[in-house]
Amino acid sequence: MPIAHPNLHLTRLGGAIPAWLGEIEPDDLLPVCRNVSDGGGRLVALWGSDARGDVGVRGNGFVLHVALVNESGLICLSMALDAGQPAYPDISRVFPAAGRMQRATYDLLGIYAHEGHDHRKWLRHGAWHGFPLRKDFDAAQSRTDEPDAYPFVQVEGQGVHEIPVGPVHAGTIEPGHFRFSVVGEKVLRLEERLGYTHKGIEKRFESLTLQQGAKLAGRVSGDSTVAYAWAYAMAAESIAAVKPPERALWLRALFLERERIANHLGDLGYLGNDVALAFGFAQFWILKEQVLRNNAALFGHRYLMDKIMPGGVAADLAESGKQTLRDECAMLEREVRLLRGIYEEHAGMQDRFIAAGRVEPKLAAQLGLCGLAGRASAQAWDARVQFPCAPYDRLDVQMATYRNGDVAARVIVRFDELFESLRLQREILGRLAHEGAQEDARPEPLEKLPGNGFGVGMVEGWRGEVLVAIHTGADGKLARVHPHDPSWQNWPALEHAVLGNIVPDFPLINKSFNLSYSGQDL
Amino acid sequence: MENTNPTLGILFQLYQSLLVVLLAPLLTGWVNQCRAWLQNRSGPGLLQPFRTLRKLFHKDAVIAHNASPLFRVTPYILFGCMWLAAAIIPIIAVDLPFSPAADVIALVGVFALARMFIALAAMDIGTAFGSLGARREMLVSFLAEPALLMVLFSASLISHSTQLPRIVEVLAHQQFVLYPSLAFAALAFVIVLLAENARIPVDNPSTHLELTMIHEAMILEYSARHLALIEWAGSLKLFAYISLGIALFFPHGIAEVGNWGAVPAAILALLGKLLLAGAGLALLETLLAKMRIFRAPEFLGTAFLLAVLGLLIHFLLGA
Repeated sequence: MPIAHPNLHLTRLGGAIPAWLGEIEPDDLLPVCRNVSDGGGRLVALWGSDARGDVGVRGNGFVLHVALVNESGLICLSMALDAGQPAYPDISRVFPAAGRMQRATYDLLGIYAHEGHDHRKWLRHGAWHGFPLRKDFDAAQSRTDEPDAYPFVQVEGQGVHEIPVGPVHAGTIEPGHFRFSVVGEKVLRLEERLGYTHKGIEKRFESLTLQQGAKLAGRVSGDSTVAYAWAYAMAAESIAAVKPPERALWLRALFLERERIANHLGDLGYLGNDVALAFGFAQFWILKEQVLRNNAALFGHRYLMDKIMPGGVAADLAESGKQTLRDECAMLEREVRLLRGIYEEHAGMQDRFIAAGRVEPKLAAQLGLCGLAGRASAQAWDARVQFPCAPYDRLDVQMATYRNGDVAARVIVRFDELFESLRLQREILGRLAHEGAQEDARPEPLEKLPGNGFGVGMVEGWRGEVLVAIHTGADGKLARVHPHDPSWQNWPALEHAVLGNIVPDFPLINKSFNLSYSGQDL
Repeated sequence: MENTNPTLGILFQLYQSLLVVLLAPLLTGWVNQCRAWLQNRSGPGLLQPFRTLRKLFHKDAVIAHNASPLFRVTPYILFGCMWLAAAIIPIIAVDLPFSPAADVIALVGVFALARMFIALAAMDIGTAFGSLGARREMLVSFLAEPALLMVLFSASLISHSTQLPRIVEVLAHQQFVLYPSLAFAALAFVIVLLAENARIPVDNPSTHLELTMIHEAMILEYSARHLALIEWAGSLKLFAYISLGIALFFPHGIAEVGNWGAVPAAILALLGKLLLAGAGLALLETLLAKMRIFRAPEFLGTAFLLAVLGLLIHFLLGA
């Protein structure tokens, strides 16, 4: 059992990762959260579902779901809420990252945290009224043009002024609003306002078939399409109690590592560009482009979209393709080693990187910083290492961690992970030859799930852990799908990272996290 | 300095004025092209700045409701100042009719005038970025200006004049002497050139990150013909600075007073120097990363120090 609590009965979920499911009473939620937090665990995701129409489901109301993680695995708790007064205890006191998730859950479903201290809209932006994720929601009647007032926290004092930035930026990037309170160039406070790319993904899932859902899951955040598609497939396979072919699993790992390689290359280039070292930008992007072109040539899509489907994969690798990838590996290792030397010896660049945007390990632990940014602040979490699903259980992934928590640390972690991913890719290519070589990686796709099922998948994407939870209705159709991006945890940490830095360093610090807007606005 | 042939002089002044206004975007294009080559990119070609200008002149200007007339006239003032500065620096021949105006201190004043207007226009609209850019521009320029004056004084002390034609005449045509003081001044001048023209490592002319901008932040609200004039003025300013560097430190090849026959060779020499200077600038910009904004005072302090060293060397060693 991952946690001991007298009123909590957990049942082990089948599937690729160690996960438990349990029902919980409102009074027990905070103690259990504290228990997990004290044991070094974290909050992964928080979402809600509308169970008012379901026959035989407890309470006939709403359900709150909380996914926690500790060293033994993923713990999914669900709590029945009253239909008339759907309130639950505020857990942002234990897990600060819960704050925005609770606000978003209210905007979508109308369930709210008791004594929550922040009741501002998060996703809604005055564009609709009502709660879209309720089953009786009528989209046609919901349009509204409410004034979009959002009270930012004001900083008072002599010489303090505000700089509003975005959501439309000078460059072609995703929309987000950043409100800086500054004295001169020094940042006293940063407040983010996101939600500009809300597009109703969770609502859309409700009307899709399992296979259509896989496509949509792969489009939650384009740069992490493999991680999302795998997490979705993992959740579906967990409900259906299906194990994909061995060869498909090796190919999935290959895709995931290639996604990591491409994104890390791109980010390292961008980090060069942000300190005006356009040379680094051009070099890394030539390499990234080569990886993407190989993806297109071998698997049919530059970003490997729709290549992972519930039940298996939708692409295979021929013997000739393996040689292409081995050559690519050798080329990348040689070039990246050279470029790493240039980055590390460039005094002007290191001067910008070192000590910029520091998140101390203690703060990182409090905020639940996860993924790549977490590992740069000594938060040693990597789902490939701690909860290795097949085939990672046979790969022995080396986790890259660093203590400094500044931009330089996030650059180093990226370099280390890049080399590790190249090593893994080589290893996978070797294993593909004899493990499950006779199998077809593309079996009959999974079409139907059992009714009233719940499954969860968690995959270590390049940015951090991506979680997808699937609830099926009595008819086995998708009743509720919740994709969770690691950006939920890391966006609030960025507000802390930038404190005490100067305004022109913000873009660099932001880029060193490189968080997703689309992935968390859903 | 007397002019040997007034009509020819005026014609030539007109010719140089037209030449600089056309050469300036070409020089910017050349610098960008070199940068692209150094980064393994193919680059947009030399004529890209002209294409950008044509595009901008064909667009309708969008101006904020609360813009004052100052905001509208600033692009013209800026363009006028920079054109004047670029036109009066003797880069081909020294006996231009406007040359008495080419006083180095006046030149610094012309640059300051343009800067004052653009900074005021940036704050005129009242956006956060305009004020941010204006504030940073003032931080950089008030440190760059004294360094530039010190550089110019080093040259003035050698030639006993603050008039550029006279300085060029002395340095290029009287006797061939190497001045150690000018070597220090030249180093200082390069630093000032980078800072004043919003180049790396002080500013990044090609950035899209609005929070890091200095010069670009000031002109974010400009569009169409106004933006075109500002861009053109930016090219002219870079051209003027490089011309100034050529006139002070590499004047050899500039035609002497009355020697109109040397003009074609002087034009060729100028083109060669511009190509070299542009390539050098691109190389510097490729090698350097942008520094934290609060390193800029140290950087420009170094320029001032070098320029003062040049002056001291002149006084102590008479060189």
